[in-house]
Amino acid sequence: MSAVKKSIVVEQLRKVQMIELLSKEKRLDNRGLTDFRPITMETGIIEKANGSARVQVGNTQVIAGVKIEIGDPFPDTPDKGLLVVNTEVLPLASAYAEPGPPDEDAIELARVVDRGVRESHMIDLSKLALIPGKKVLAVFVDVNVLNTDGNLLDATSYATVASIATSKMPRFYVDENGQIKQSDEIISLPIDGIPVSVTMARIGDTLIVDPTSEEEAVMDARITLVLDEDGNLCAGQKGQPGTLTFDQVKLATNIAKVKAKEIREIIKGEIMKDARS
Amino acid sequence: MKELIDEKGLRIDGRRVDELRPLKIEVGVLKNADGSSYIEMGKNKIVVAVYGPKEVHPKHQALPDRSVLRCRYHMAPFSTDTRKPPQPSRREIEISKVIREALEPALMLEEYPRTAIDVYLEVLQADGGSRCAGITASAVALADAGISMRDMVVACAAGKASGQVVIDLNDVEDKEGEADMPIAIMPNLNQLTLFQLDGILTPEEFEKAFEMAINACRAIYNAQRKALMDKYFGKAEVGEE
Repeated sequence: MSAVKKSIVVEQLRKVQMIELLSKEKRLDNRGLTDFRPITMETGIIEKANGSARVQVGNTQVIAGVKIEIGDPFPDTPDKGLLVVNTEVLPLASAYAEPGPPDEDAIELARVVDRGVRESHMIDLSKLALIPGKKVLAVFVDVNVLNTDGNLLDATSYATVASIATSKMPRFYVDENGQIKQSDEIISLPIDGIPVSVTMARIGDTLIVDPTSEEEAVMDARITLVLDEDGNLCAGQKGQPGTLTFDQVKLATNIAKVKAKEIREIIKGEIMKDARS
Repeated sequence: MKELIDEKGLRIDGRRVDELRPLKIEVGVLKNADGSSYIEMGKNKIVVAVYGPKEVHPKHQALPDRSVLRCRYHMAPFSTDTRKPPQPSRREIEISKVIREALEPALMLEEYPRTAIDVYLEVLQADGGSRCAGITASAVALADAGISMRDMVVACAAGKASGQVVIDLNDVEDKEGEADMPIAIMPNLNQLTLFQLDGILTPEEFEKAFEMAINACRAIYNAQRKALMDKYFGKAEVGEE
C-alpha cells in the first residue's frame, strides 16, 4: 500500500527527521497533528453504476462504484441482502503498485471498510430480501484506487459510504407468479446513518490523523476507528507491526470522535447536493 | 434476537460475564518443528508450529537487518459448522496479517538478519476467538523455538452480548452478539499489539470492554507461563509474577 519505496538507511533518517518535527507538533505539509488534508467528494459520476463517488483526500484519490443485482442469500442469513466490498489498488495508482490479485493490504483495506459499513447498520439489509431464503438484492461496492498518497482506508471508506448513500435503483417486487419484476419507480437503498472512519498513525510517541505516504513509510502503528451516527464505535483495526499504549488507544478514540463529526458533515453535504440535482 | 444471558446473569455456556472458557496449553507437541504448541480455549483446538530462523525462500524477501516473520492462519475444512473450503479465504489472509503484526513487536528479529521465521497456525476446530487463541499459542510456540523475545504476547476478546459487556466470546456470542473486540497485549511492557472491533459499543462500553479484555489477557498469560514452566522446569509450583 505504501507508495514510497523503503530503503533502510533513508527510512531511518526520514524517521528521525519526522520524529523531531512531530515533537514540535509540526508535519511536513504544515498540517496540525489532528488535521485532515482537504477532502473533496463528487457523486453520481458513473451513469452506468447505481451509485458512484470519487473521493480525494489530499493526493490520495479513489473511485467507488455500486452495482445492485439480484443474488442468492448466504445460508446463515437467508432473509438479508448482501453487501460485498472489494478494493483494487490499480497499477496506475503508484510506481510501486503491481497488477495481480489483491494482496493482503488490499484485502485488509476492503474488509475494514466493509466492517464499518456493515456493523454501523448503514444499509438495512433485512429490507433487501425479495424471496426470503431464495433471492435477495446484492449490493456490490468496488473501489478502485487511482492514486496513492497514504490513508487509503479513510478515502476508500468515504467513497464507499457516499456511493452507497447516493445509489438509485428500480423498485423490485415479486409478482403473483413468484417472479421478480422491476417497476419504473426509482428508489434509494434503505439507508440509516453515515459511518465515518478515522485513521491515525503513531510515529514515535505522537499520534497523527490522516497520514500521507511519507508518514506511513515511517509509522510504527496505525489505528482505524469507525464511528456511527450516535458517536458509538462500530469498527476498528490496528495495523502495522508496532504497538500502542493503552492510553494512546483512549486518545485515539477521543480524536476519532471529534474528527468523525467534522467529516460526517462533508459527506452529508455531498449527499444532499446529489439529492437536489 | 437470541437471549445470550439469562436472568441469573449466566451466559449460554453457564459462564459469568467476566469468566474465561476452560483453557489448556501444551508446549512441544510436534517433533519436526523448532517450536510448537497446542491450545484449547473452549471448543477451539489450534496447533501452532514455528520453523526458523531459517534461510529465506524466495531469497528476495530476505532483509539485511532482521528476520522476516511470516504467519499463516489456516482453518481445517472440518473445523466449522459448514465445511470450509481448504484454500485460504480473504478472512484467513487478513487474520494472518493481523496475527503477524501482533507477534512481531515482541520478537527481537534484529538478532537474526537474512533469515525467516515461519509461524503456522492450524485451526482444527473453531469456536469464536480463534485468532486470539492462535496468538496466545503462537507466542508459546515462539518461546519454545527459543526465539529471543521482549515479552510474551497474549490475546483475548471482549464484546457485547444481550446488552452486556462480556469476555472471551464463544461461537454463538460472536455471531449473535452485538460486538466483538479482540485485542492482544504484551503483558509486562503494557503495550497493545492487536486491536480489532466488529460491532457497536458506546464509549462507556468500549472503556469497560477494553479493561476487561486486558485483565483477561493477564489471566491467560499466567497459563502461558505455566505451560512453558511445566515443559522446561518440570511440573513445579508457579508463583504469581
